Amino acid sequence: MTDEELKAARARALAGGPARYHERLAGAGKLDVRTRLDLLLDPGYTEDGLFASALADDLAADGVVTVSGAIGGRPVVVMANDPTVKAGSWGARTVEKILRIQEQAMQLECPIFYLVDSAGARITDQVQMFPGRRGAGRIFYNEVRLSGRVPQICILFGPSAAGGAYIPAFCDVVIMVEKNASMYLGSPRMAEMVIGEKVSLEEMGGARMHCTVSGTGDLLAPDEETAIHWAQDYFAYMPDNWRTTPARAAAVEPAPVDLETLIPENQNLPFDVKQLIEGLVDRDSFFELKPLWAGEMVVGFARLEGEAVGVVANQSKVKGGVLFVDSSDKAARFVTLCDAFNIPLLFLADVPGFMIGTKVERAGIIRHGAKLVAAVSEATVPKICVVVRKAYGAGLYAMAGPAFGSDAVLALPGAQIAVMGPEAAVNAVHYNHIQELGPAERPAFVAARQAEYRADIDILRLAAELVVDELVEVGRLRRELSRRYAHYRTRERRFSERRHPVYPV
Amino acid sequence: MQAVQASLAGTVFKVLVTPGQQIAAGQEVVRLESMKMEIPVESEVAGRVIEVVVQEGAFVNEGDPLVMVEMDA
Repeated sequence: MTDEELKAARARALAGGPARYHERLAGAGKLDVRTRLDLLLDPGYTEDGLFASALADDLAADGVVTVSGAIGGRPVVVMANDPTVKAGSWGARTVEKILRIQEQAMQLECPIFYLVDSAGARITDQVQMFPGRRGAGRIFYNEVRLSGRVPQICILFGPSAAGGAYIPAFCDVVIMVEKNASMYLGSPRMAEMVIGEKVSLEEMGGARMHCTVSGTGDLLAPDEETAIHWAQDYFAYMPDNWRTTPARAAAVEPAPVDLETLIPENQNLPFDVKQLIEGLVDRDSFFELKPLWAGEMVVGFARLEGEAVGVVANQSKVKGGVLFVDSSDKAARFVTLCDAFNIPLLFLADVPGFMIGTKVERAGIIRHGAKLVAAVSEATVPKICVVVRKAYGAGLYAMAGPAFGSDAVLALPGAQIAVMGPEAAVNAVHYNHIQELGPAERPAFVAARQAEYRADIDILRLAAELVVDELVEVGRLRRELSRRYAHYRTRERRFSERRHPVYPV
Repeated sequence: MQAVQASLAGTVFKVLVTPGQQIAAGQEVVRLESMKMEIPVESEVAGRVIEVVVQEGAFVNEGDPLVMVEMDA
């Protein structure tokens, strides 16, 4: 081969698929695979397997680009499907390239990005790419091995079909581009053939559906550039691997929020916990995950005087801040993520408890709640629970209450901690007597018992009993938290010796 | 026509709209009471209230219709 021949072969491989497919990309608001890489990475990266399937006419790089590069000077590896080459479908070399870049991430213990835009397996190549030791299944096996060891970040630009849908599923975070991104095991066409259901692609597995209903997507991006920026913002909170900690940033004063008047005295009235978070953390640092799903629980990264922290907060504005099946899953996953990557946890508890009733019992609220309690138990990063207003029942456990290895449980002066709230408790204890009383006597009796109950669970009483470690006015909370996190940094990280727990999934 | 649905099981604490009323997207139409919390329920769409399906004090399950709204064209 001459230099000229090499140059020509390289140009063919770099060009990707036929011109008509490139034109189609532009029409769909999509960027070329190499433009995506240029936006994501620092200038200058190295590529392996550019000549994969170079002897075929129409399989440039075999439909996937695998590179080693850097983001903000930090080494990362990337696999990126090329949707102009056979719709980004997987042949034998595609799969081998993905496996090799994963193996590099494992060797280097460096983060891996998956830029997904793929129609799935090439059925014509299935024997070579699907079932074997180094077939597609190995991609998912590798993802599971990498999980919690290095950050795995997925941006979904297009489809992620059938088996391919598991690439995002095993990543730590999935950013989906609205309208273009989709995930489904069976396409609408297949669903109509196999089960007789007629639905649109968006209903079946669209980006909005996954970010608002199924919870499989984390962030719904309006376009590809935004999706890539969000991936970089997310990455700034991640360490390089499980052995290291996230880089600190310059400390910034919080946004001006009047914390003194934010929280209603009446426990039963909702307020926006995101305002509380904004008033506590460094300005513009809050990076929320899954904002459109299970809104009664708010989770996201933020910075406290420059240090990364993972915030888990009950949102009384949505469904009263009650814990449901999905909100338990959402928080459990986030707690696991923070624990894996050495990000201290801040729990802001304002929780009436787990939801009750037939609907949630049938949906398995007990086992879903158990997942959250298990994740909180196992988390050995520094963790602080702040009881903002109330922590009732197992809600206290789910929000890292005193029994769950928290470094500290703090409470605001108006906080209540109890098996249940005063209204429910008085009704439960005095039910028969209340029924016997006449309507005239009833309200006075109930009010008196509730007052006694409130006194019994008064937060000073709980501090006196050493249930909570410190009482803090909301205006002092930020300072108190950052001092404590600095102090807890060297915390013991072992939890329990065994293979792994029997997960309550 | 679109139904504003109960976001969780509870009792209807207050109905805040009447038939014929014009409402904005994001406007609170019903306040539920559940788990000792007051839960605002908002309309996702702007439009006109056609019917209030529930009465104050009634139990509703998650997903039950509360208010029917004819969406603005």
